[in-house]
Formats: sequence, C-alpha cells, structure tokens
Amino acid sequence: MSSKNNRKKVMKKGFLRFVDTFKGNKMGVLGFYIIVFFVVVAFFGPLVYQYDPQSFGMGGLIDPPTKGFPLGTDDMGRDILGALIYGAKVSLMIGVFATLISVGIGTFIGVVSGFAGGKTDSILMRFTDGFMVLPKLPLIMILAAFLGSSTRNIIIVLGLTSWTGTARLVRSQTLSIKERPFIERAISVGAGRGYIMTRHILPNVFPLVFSNTILVTATAILTETTLSFLGLGNPMIPSWGQILRGAFTSGAVSLGAWWFYLPAGLCVIFLVLGFTFLGYSFDEILNPKLRRR
Amino acid sequence: MNLTYLSKKLFHSLITLFIVITINFFLFRIMPGDPFAMIAKAANLSAEYKEELSALYGYNQPFPIQYVKYLRQLINLDFGMSFKYRKPVMDILGNRLMATLSLAFIAQILAIGLGTLLGTISAAFRGKKIDVASLGLALFIYSIPAFWLGIVLVSLFSVKFGSLPLNGMVVAGMDHASTWIYIKDVARHLILPVITLGLAITGGYTIIMRGSLLDVLTEDYIVTARAKGYKRKDIVIKHALPNAMLPMVTVIAINFGFMIGGAIQTETVFSWPGIGRLVYEALMARDYPILQGAFLIISITVIVANFIADILYGYLDPRIKYD
Repeated sequence: MSSKNNRKKVMKKGFLRFVDTFKGNKMGVLGFYIIVFFVVVAFFGPLVYQYDPQSFGMGGLIDPPTKGFPLGTDDMGRDILGALIYGAKVSLMIGVFATLISVGIGTFIGVVSGFAGGKTDSILMRFTDGFMVLPKLPLIMILAAFLGSSTRNIIIVLGLTSWTGTARLVRSQTLSIKERPFIERAISVGAGRGYIMTRHILPNVFPLVFSNTILVTATAILTETTLSFLGLGNPMIPSWGQILRGAFTSGAVSLGAWWFYLPAGLCVIFLVLGFTFLGYSFDEILNPKLRRR
Repeated sequence: MNLTYLSKKLFHSLITLFIVITINFFLFRIMPGDPFAMIAKAANLSAEYKEELSALYGYNQPFPIQYVKYLRQLINLDFGMSFKYRKPVMDILGNRLMATLSLAFIAQILAIGLGTLLGTISAAFRGKKIDVASLGLALFIYSIPAFWLGIVLVSLFSVKFGSLPLNGMVVAGMDHASTWIYIKDVARHLILPVITLGLAITGGYTIIMRGSLLDVLTEDYIVTARAKGYKRKDIVIKHALPNAMLPMVTVIAINFGFMIGGAIQTETVFSWPGIGRLVYEALMARDYPILQGAFLIISITVIVANFIADILYGYLDPRIKYD
C-alpha cells in the first residue's frame, strides 16, 4: 500500500512541476485561455443567446449587422451570431472525439509495435508508413462521401485517418522505455506482456501522447471545417464550415458581405490556434528532445 | 550512397504503392452504398441495363477475380470511363495533373523560401521577442484554413481593388494573340492561388526549420566556430543552415500529400482546372471512375516524391550509408 501512496506522491509532484513550468510559457497559457473561452461559449452561449438552426427567413437574406442580428444574416435569413455560437460546440465535439479515436489507435499500434519488436514491429511500421504517405484530404473526402456525412461518421473518418503520427511517436518512446531496468525487473518478477504494456509502458508514454493529442485536435477541427466547406459535412447542423460554405456558394464574397465569412473564419483560426499554442508549448516542456540544452 | 539503401527504399515505395492500390480497390467496392449501386439508382435504370453495366465493369464477379482484372487494367493505364465526361479517365487526368503541378511547384518555392527565412530568424533569436513574433506568425498561418485564406484574398484583391482576376486559368473567351500574352494571362491568374497554397504550407516549414536549426546550433562544431571568433551571422548562415536544411528535404516530400489537400481547397475557391478541383467536381457528381483514378494518381505522385526525397537525402547526407 505504501508503494502505491508513494507513486501517487511522485506523480503529484511531477504534475505540479509541470504546471509551474507551463505557467511560465506565455504561448501555452494564451492557448489555454483561448480554448477556455470557446468552451464557455459552446456550453453557456446557447443559454444566454437564443438560436434555432431551423429558423429560416427570420431576417432578410445576407443582411448586414443590425440590432436584432448583431452579425447579420446568412443566405437563408438565419442569424449568423447564433450559428457561430452553435458551431463552437460542433467543432469542439468533433475535434475531441475524433482525437480520442485517433490517439487510441495510434497508441495501441505504437505500444504493441515497439514492445513486440521483430516481425510484428516491421509489419506494423510498414503499414503505418504506407498509410502516412496517403494524401489525407482526398481519402477523407471519399470516405465521408461513401459513409454519408452524419456527425458520427465524420468523427469516425477523421479518427481513422489521423493516427499515424501518434503511432510513430509512441513506438519510439516505447522502444526507449523498454530498455530501462524497471521493465527488466518486472519481467524477472514474472509480469505478463499485457501487464507491462498497460501498467508500465502506457503511463510513461502518456506525457508525450498528451501533447501530441492536442495537436491532433487542432488538425481534426481544421479538417472538419474544410469537409463542411466542400459540402461533405452534416448539412442539418450549423457549423463554422457550413457557414463558410454558404458564404462561398451564395456569392457573399462578391457582394462584399464580410459578416458572412470573416467572423466564422476567425473563429476557426483562433480555436485551432488555441490548440496549436497549447500543444506546441506542452511539446516544448514534455519532449526531452526539445528541452533547452 | 550504396545500392542496399537504394533497393531498401525502392522496396518500401513498392509496398506503399501496393497498399494504395489495394485500398483504392476495396474502397470503391465494399463501402456501404457502393458506387455502382448508387449510380444505377440515381440514373433510374432498368434491371437489365444494370446487369449489363455490372458485367461491363465486372462488379458481378468474385473479389479475387475483380482484383486481378483491376491490376491488369492498371498496368495498361486503363482507369475506365468517366460517368460524367464519357471519356477515358486517363485522358482527363493528364491535363489536370499538369495544371496542379505547375501551381504546386511555384507555391512550393514560395513556401520553402518564406518558411526557411522565418524559421531561421526564429531559431537565431531563440527566446527573444522576434522569435516569439515569427513563431507566433507561423503558427497563426498554420491555423488558417486554406480555402478561407483564398476567399479573403479574393474579397480584397479581386472584389475590393479589382486588380486581380476572380478565378480560372485564363480570361474566358479571350483571344490570345501570342504565346507571350497567354503566359502573361496565366501568370496573372496564378498570383492569388499561389499565395493561398504557398502560405497554407509555409507555417509547417517554419516550425520544422526552426526546430532543425536549433538542433544544429547545439552541436560541437558550432561551439568550435564560436570559439574561433566567427561572427554570429556567419555561423548561422554559413555553418549551421546547410546542415539544418537537410531534414527539410524529407519534410517537403512528406508534405506533398498535405499539399494536395491545400490544392483541393485552393482550386475549388479559384476554379483552377487542376486535379484538386477535379476531385471536388467528381465527388459532387459521384463520378467514381474519376475519383478512383485521381486518388491513385495523387497517391503515386506522393510516393514518387517521397522516393526522390529519400534518394536525395542519402546523396546529401553521407552518414545515411551506415544506417
């Protein structure tokens, strides 16, 4: 029991040290606040600001901002500010769930490949390399078109196509952890492969996976927006990509209707930037390769 | 560079090619709502005609036979007929690929130049304000969706100032009196798409360049150069930069696949008649033979680019021999 308590103490100490270093990283802190802002908007926005996605023709078509519609209306007479608030939740949800799938697959393949070694390793890594080279967006577009573009399918498609980076990272980390004495000790005491992988290797690759996770989320959000823009998103749910598609296809750009495409684009950029800043700073703190020598 | 390295890389490329071909085969056959059923349904065809089409495309045979047949067709460069254009897919792809490659090539040069510059400045002044500024700028550019950047550029330079064309490759219906006038027309149409696609990949290059240069700057020979009293500027540019550029070769190749994604967005916004726009149009029209052919051609381009990068890397970095 005492060793368990001891371990908890060590982990807590490590975490506190991480938080301390993180506080000094301005970029990371800024990213964190940006994400918090969007999370708050996504969950509390709808409570404060009423919006119904099916409210066609509430205002004029592509009307500039007025009192009733602070950010104007879209090509179907819907309120754009409301759609932006609604879209925050869609982007966050798709980004987070797609990342969970992707990181799950990547970690699994990486740990198994690195720990098993030999033939299993080379087959898995050849497959990963082959998959890595595939042009992602066309593949995602084709998969989304075939499976049909419900939100759930888009999450699955994004998750299934973005695990290669994580797999490579986790594998190299597993390879180095595998050589440490405590693994040897565990094996000599009689620990099974599954036990070592889940109890010893996983907790040790976790920090690196964590920083990688956040960067995967940024990419997933960006890709989802692009899919929606290209007409492969879920047309029933207003997302930022969906707004931008409306702006593009309705000719709002030629009309100079900036309220239709500027705010939605800026939302995408800042949310993605928030995740990128956070992921990049975590990487700087946690990745031993990047630490200042 | 030795033969073992070369053959190993060639072998890896062939495996990747095999994965691509196989995925391409199954993707268009076992997916729910397979392309044939969808096209037959959409066109309101009779049952007999469906059978006939099925036989024509070989969809009624078992998978292994279909697969062998598919491989044989690929060797003959036969990608089938486009549903929409009623022409062999291969004829359509050729021209489109050229339009994309010319756009991609110029954008690539712009991005490499800009990325190297920003990354070098950032690394040379690590921790200073200028580092934070250029790194922040790179991450900001990285976060912009390429299609949105295209839209904003169009709204500024085509709509507001009216100085550059909205879209297309040449002015529609214009009679180009000479080749020179034609080239000038295409060049004017290229400016915005090149900036869009170029910036879309610049962010990634900057980040890689910065990391790579930071790595090199900690090496012993740099410390030696410093001790010898070389100027800081000379050390960064003459001593460190050539070595730091090495990983860029690989990154540029790996980025090729990512760049295709940017090209699809850019070409869609600017109606650039490249392979990216073709993919978009084919998807909208559910023109599966085109999609399948385009996906294969794009993947092969990426694989070839990676292979060339590997060879180049082995040539540039003699250490790779002992790998």
